[in-house]
Amino acid sequence: MKTAVIVFPGSNCDRDMAVALEQVTGRAPAMVWHRETELPDGTDFIALPGGFSYGDYLRSGAMAARSPILRSVADAAARGVPVLGVCNGFQVLTEALLLPGALMRNAGLNFVCRTVPLKVENSQSLFTASYSAGEEINIPVAHHDGNYFADAATLDRIEGEGRVAFRYADAVNGSARDIAGVLNDAGNVLGMMPHPERAIDRAHGGTDGLRLFEAALGVLA
Amino acid sequence: MKVNVYVTLKPGVLDPQGKAIHHALEGLGFGGVADVRAGRFIELDVADGTSDADLDAMCAKLLANTVIENYRIERP
Repeated sequence: MKTAVIVFPGSNCDRDMAVALEQVTGRAPAMVWHRETELPDGTDFIALPGGFSYGDYLRSGAMAARSPILRSVADAAARGVPVLGVCNGFQVLTEALLLPGALMRNAGLNFVCRTVPLKVENSQSLFTASYSAGEEINIPVAHHDGNYFADAATLDRIEGEGRVAFRYADAVNGSARDIAGVLNDAGNVLGMMPHPERAIDRAHGGTDGLRLFEAALGVLA
Repeated sequence: MKVNVYVTLKPGVLDPQGKAIHHALEGLGFGGVADVRAGRFIELDVADGTSDADLDAMCAKLLANTVIENYRIERP
């Protein structure tokens, strides 16, 4: 399993993501700088980490979504390579139009940083197959712009197609229909505001995030 | 040539920042403010003769996120 973590100026969860990927695959991911134009040959899993790429200039994720490497990420996604975007990575994926909707300033205007319960909505995706539908898991969030917005028709469509992967069990940031994670239509791109890479070790206070990586990286027992 | 671009949230999109500004205005004693919506103003200095189509593409591809925002281009 060859994994890659895309690193932007201002990424700050890239190393946490690398630790998670290496822990599960036994192999360190390639850390790919945003100005690269090609992913390493044979990359079969791509992670866009959390952080504040380009200082959140213009809009969160807006500049990163137009960086050179994103063209290769979009090409890989179109070929079916799994792409996971966490927090700022989710914002980048919506700005790059690889996922529907947008992430706006939290409704309460506060930065929210705590572990929150999530409800697993779709347990059929390659990222969520280790969970059961309706199961409640605990994953940390840490964001200012996590308020998911899409128009009603888009929300109805993604809900109808089972593309809501996770929902907040309680309101966290004003997200439409409490959506915390969204899949693309093919099911190989997942964006989520909560940080599964921060819940992979008992010392983190929980390991509910580990199962996402185990499912996505094909190492489920 | 200076071109002004105004990026505003679409009607119906909740604007928490506008709401906070509204509350702050009320806190300062300014009554009679019905609503506040916050947006972004971008000043471009572009080559003379830059086409409307190019300016429009700049807005649609980067300056505004058309999922949530509208834009208006004002040229001299």
